[in-house]
Amino acid sequence: MSDQKKGVRLEHLSKIYKDPKTGKDFYAVHDANIEIEPGEFVTLLGPSGCGKTTILRMIAGFESPDEGEVYIGGEPVNELTPNKRDTAMVFQSYALLPHYNIYDNVAYGLKLRKMDKATMDEKVKSILKLVGLEGMEDRMTNQLSGGQQQRVALARALVIEPGVLLFDEPLSNLDAKLRVDMRTEIRRIQQEAGITAIYVTHDQSEAMAISDRIIVMKKGLVDQVADPKTIYYHPVDEFVADFIGEANFLHGTLAGKSGDEGVALVEGQEIEVAGVGDLEAGSKVTLVLRPEAAHLADEGKLPCEVVLSRFMGHYQNYHVRCGDHVVKITEFNPKNKHEYQVGDHAFVRFEKDDLHALAQEG
Amino acid sequence: MASQQSAKLDRQKFMADPIMVTTIVLLIAFLTLFILYPLAILLVDSVITDQGISLSVFQRVLAMPSFQTAITNTLKVGLLVSVVSTLVGLLFAYVEVYVQLKTRFMSGLFKVVSMLPVVSPPFVLSLSMILLFGKMGIITRGLLGIPDNNVYGYWGIFVVQTLTFFPVCYMMMKGLLKNIDPSLEEAARDMGASRWKVFTSVTWPLILPGLGNAFLVTFIESIADFANPMIIGGSYDTLATTIYLQITGAYDKQGASAMAVVLLCITLVMFIVQKYVLEAKSTSTLTGKASRARMLITDSSVRIPLSVLCGAVAVFVCAMYVCVPLGALFKTWGRDYSLTLKWFQLVFTRYHGLQAFRDSFLLSLIASPITALLSMIISYLVVKRTFHGKGFIEAVSMLAMAVPGTVLGVGYIRGFASGVFHTGFMQAFYGSAAILVVVFIVRSLPTGTRSGISALRQIDKSIEESAYDMGANSFQVFMTVTLPLIKDSFLSGLVTTFVRSITAISAVILLVTPQFFLITVQINEFAGKGDYGVACAFSTILIAITYASVLLMNLFIKRFGTSAKTSKE
Repeated sequence: MSDQKKGVRLEHLSKIYKDPKTGKDFYAVHDANIEIEPGEFVTLLGPSGCGKTTILRMIAGFESPDEGEVYIGGEPVNELTPNKRDTAMVFQSYALLPHYNIYDNVAYGLKLRKMDKATMDEKVKSILKLVGLEGMEDRMTNQLSGGQQQRVALARALVIEPGVLLFDEPLSNLDAKLRVDMRTEIRRIQQEAGITAIYVTHDQSEAMAISDRIIVMKKGLVDQVADPKTIYYHPVDEFVADFIGEANFLHGTLAGKSGDEGVALVEGQEIEVAGVGDLEAGSKVTLVLRPEAAHLADEGKLPCEVVLSRFMGHYQNYHVRCGDHVVKITEFNPKNKHEYQVGDHAFVRFEKDDLHALAQEG
Repeated sequence: MASQQSAKLDRQKFMADPIMVTTIVLLIAFLTLFILYPLAILLVDSVITDQGISLSVFQRVLAMPSFQTAITNTLKVGLLVSVVSTLVGLLFAYVEVYVQLKTRFMSGLFKVVSMLPVVSPPFVLSLSMILLFGKMGIITRGLLGIPDNNVYGYWGIFVVQTLTFFPVCYMMMKGLLKNIDPSLEEAARDMGASRWKVFTSVTWPLILPGLGNAFLVTFIESIADFANPMIIGGSYDTLATTIYLQITGAYDKQGASAMAVVLLCITLVMFIVQKYVLEAKSTSTLTGKASRARMLITDSSVRIPLSVLCGAVAVFVCAMYVCVPLGALFKTWGRDYSLTLKWFQLVFTRYHGLQAFRDSFLLSLIASPITALLSMIISYLVVKRTFHGKGFIEAVSMLAMAVPGTVLGVGYIRGFASGVFHTGFMQAFYGSAAILVVVFIVRSLPTGTRSGISALRQIDKSIEESAYDMGANSFQVFMTVTLPLIKDSFLSGLVTTFVRSITAISAVILLVTPQFFLITVQINEFAGKGDYGVACAFSTILIAITYASVLLMNLFIKRFGTSAKTSKE
């Protein structure tokens, strides 16, 4: 089992559940095709009920897929029970064994593998050092803070040297500051251990901070698979754009196009757009504009009226109305900038390559 | 669009676990053979006659005046006992949860009252009732000078059963009242309702399903009770005693089977209503945890009368329990109150005391670990696993709760005396020690399983999943994770089974053969003969044994229990 760094491949993977209210079957996961490289850190990201945890549990073996196959290290594993799969999971509730101390919790998997005492001792000690819990072997789990419990859970999973490490929203029970520290820790430890990791979260900033690639899921479907930058700057649809960070959607028509650049008509104004891709001239388009890429100015392309102006400390938060659109603007470091008031007339300014064009949905 | 793949894979994964599959198969076989089969054979035997399938046995039995009287007697007693027990239980619970009791004595008294019926043999109160109010009763003859009071019959059974069963209602209602969020009642108070109005408009509707639940549980207990009507019923026969006499007196096994079917039907209907209608309702209306401590009632006009009333009842109950050891120590109850050990001596020298204690003790001791382990396994399977047959296992092990001991006893006679399906197979089982142990197990299985299930429901599913994920198979998960986590429940199952077994009578009295002496059977015999000194001496030792084992368990749990270990600093 210790042949580390295994890849994971999901082929046409589906899971059908029965809706408890209507009694109807529905796809919790539908036709997921994902290839995860050995040593990669991949995050399954999406709102609750999108199927991300179901995928993780199918990889671990707790759920059986209704269609398709899971491969771990190239081997099909559908018929294997969780204890026979080369995975180790870190649970949302930590799931430490409350009747064992830290040492015994971490050593549990090794004991099951009938490892000799000296090797086991060495392994447990070194893994506890890696997660920063040296010298706490004898503590009971209920004497630990949430962060420490999570470290034990991580150590317990790492020590058996699984081919794939699975994380089921491991940080959601921690407070905000600790969450940020822990995700850095998890990333560091994963890279030091050089292990394949699949991580489930609904927190997009966590996903951005930690992952090599992000798999965005929506209603059981895999929506986009890409590295964090691509996901952020080139979302495939409005759902991804909206779910990852904040986004303004400017609806209009692609009036003209030359090569990769084009001109869109939004609220009667001509707006230059870089990177329109395959979109055809004359088609309806949605332009994605990140609030931090937009600025308020006394002159510019898109005339607007300020409807909300709010000082947030490290930025000034504006909502402005441009015809039918309300545009959110984040003006960082507002100290030395002109502060617009509600009712002021101004212009929204942005660069053409800050816009990302999508075909209009629905 | 439903695909069969996941079901197929789940089945494959399940079959890859031979220990679990074997366990489930054995369990289903055990439950079928020792719970379902004896009940089924009762029904089968009472409809299959020499003329083929007919209801003639039922017609014959139902036409018997003695049986008709037994039915009405049983229902009359059961109804009154369960109404009064529920109300007294509610009163005690209300006083404990709502009223400032001030003295530690009162709360200690409440605790003792709730403990006593658990640790004492079923007929202790009947004995002391006779000692207090009988022909030689201290109160009737000694204090009131009534020379020939008749304590036997309807009122005797009623008083004894009420005092035996109300503590159970009290415990049930206490749990319920504690779960009511005080802010609900405070909101009503705040809007101008009087305390009485709050009780009738808020508290009462909230606890109504729970009250119904307590009522039916008591009703089943009362109907199934054998020991008390046997000792204090006199000529007032109930269903349980009538069935017993039909077998031991009239040697009419087929008639007794039919009667047992009738009794089973009554308890079964009540059990189904209780389990599937009321229990669900009472938990769904009260799921919230109390958000904070309740403001206790300190108003003297409420506090004093209520605590005096409950205090008096509690003291009376305690006094009744004290009567039994006293009865064993006095020379001649009612005439000569000088102390003597002659009853104890008689127990051990003439009446096979030592053998009775050894048999009862050993058989109960064998039954308890088996029952405790079995009920933990059943709870684990029911709560944590999904497989075909799970519903069957849960239903049958709970069904045993609704089966009166007498019915089970008759079922075992019919089912095993001439072998399984009268084929002679397993005939040696009948009359052996094994059949007594199996009866003990079956009688205690539902309680153990219920406590195991509720303990397991508290445990986060992912704890077991994590062990599974680390590479443990289901047997290892059960032994290293599940069982240690529900150790408390396991230990209490151990002792509950022991206590219930050593004090059991209704089923075993029908199955015990002359080579075995059981304490309870001895007590029943001597009480029946009017030999109260010997009966009291037997009972006193029995109470001492059960009380000691309960104490031992509490010490043990404190020392080694889950809560102790995980909270150790």
